[in-house]
Amino acid sequence: MKAKFLVPMALFLVLVGFLAVGLNRDPRDVPSPLVNKPAPAFTRTQLAEPGKQFSPADMKGKVWMLNVWSSWCVSCRQEHPLLVEFARAQVVPLIGLDYKDTRDAALGVLRQMGNPYDLTVFDGDGSVGIDYGVYGVPETYIIDKAGVIRHKQTGPITSEALEKTILPLIDELKKS
Amino acid sequence: MKRLIASILLLLACGALCAKEAVPLAEDPAVEKRMIDISSEMRCLVCQNESLAASQADLAQDLRRELRGLIKEGKSDAEIKEFMVSRYGDFVLYRPQVKPVTWLLWTGPFIFLIAGVIGLIAYLRRRSGVVKEAPLSAAETKQAEELLKESGQ
Repeated sequence: MKAKFLVPMALFLVLVGFLAVGLNRDPRDVPSPLVNKPAPAFTRTQLAEPGKQFSPADMKGKVWMLNVWSSWCVSCRQEHPLLVEFARAQVVPLIGLDYKDTRDAALGVLRQMGNPYDLTVFDGDGSVGIDYGVYGVPETYIIDKAGVIRHKQTGPITSEALEKTILPLIDELKKS
Repeated sequence: MKRLIASILLLLACGALCAKEAVPLAEDPAVEKRMIDISSEMRCLVCQNESLAASQADLAQDLRRELRGLIKEGKSDAEIKEFMVSRYGDFVLYRPQVKPVTWLLWTGPFIFLIAGVIGLIAYLRRRSGVVKEAPLSAAETKQAEELLKESGQ
């Protein structure tokens, strides 16, 4: 008889469990369907040197990181010092993708805050961004030697994400 | 009171006068209509509670432009859906596709309904077994009649 009264209690606790998990998840964190798929191809001019082109195929055989940023994006500025520090360690090549921006504004930011990127690709109309499923800059992709996206970070990289997820993954990808 | 009614009437009149149909910007109304049909079935990723058709976010405007382009290229609805899903995942679709991962989502409510009906039937059967109809004995009938009489006074 006693067990019968515990049934609603148990159901309630299950419900609380679901709510607790649901409420602690970040609704902005949408799993990207691009993870474990080849990085979409594109060819765009470089930010600093409009005469030179860049395409992800240029990076074949290397583990690299693509960071989507913009001069108008506030959280990109938050992330910037961390990227500068990351670039100093020269773990992997860091390529920037300047998303929906003007060259002058973007170059201004790099002059003012330092340039962590090996090079930046200019995507003024955001069309490369659409192919990469960008919906909230900054976004960062880790791409392996075969040109496959292995991880996507939406929103600014935190030092926690860098140490717990990004760096271990890069180590592993470099070995393979 | 009169003043209140007058001001309400004025407000209503203003509503009728001020509300104008949005001027269609597109050069091709057929393309625009299809674009809106498709994009109102999709979620805007920036402001997640708005449809792609309704959102004023920068990205939504870009994506609507992209959809117009695809429609003009003669892509089918399924191809356009695939274009969006391959970039942003199933999350963009308001109606999730039926596939192994979403089976539970689609069938869940029916499973709960069937479980509920089975539970209800089981409960009713058990209950009819427990509550037996027991006719009153002659002595009990007499007692009941007496009690009713007493309360009637």
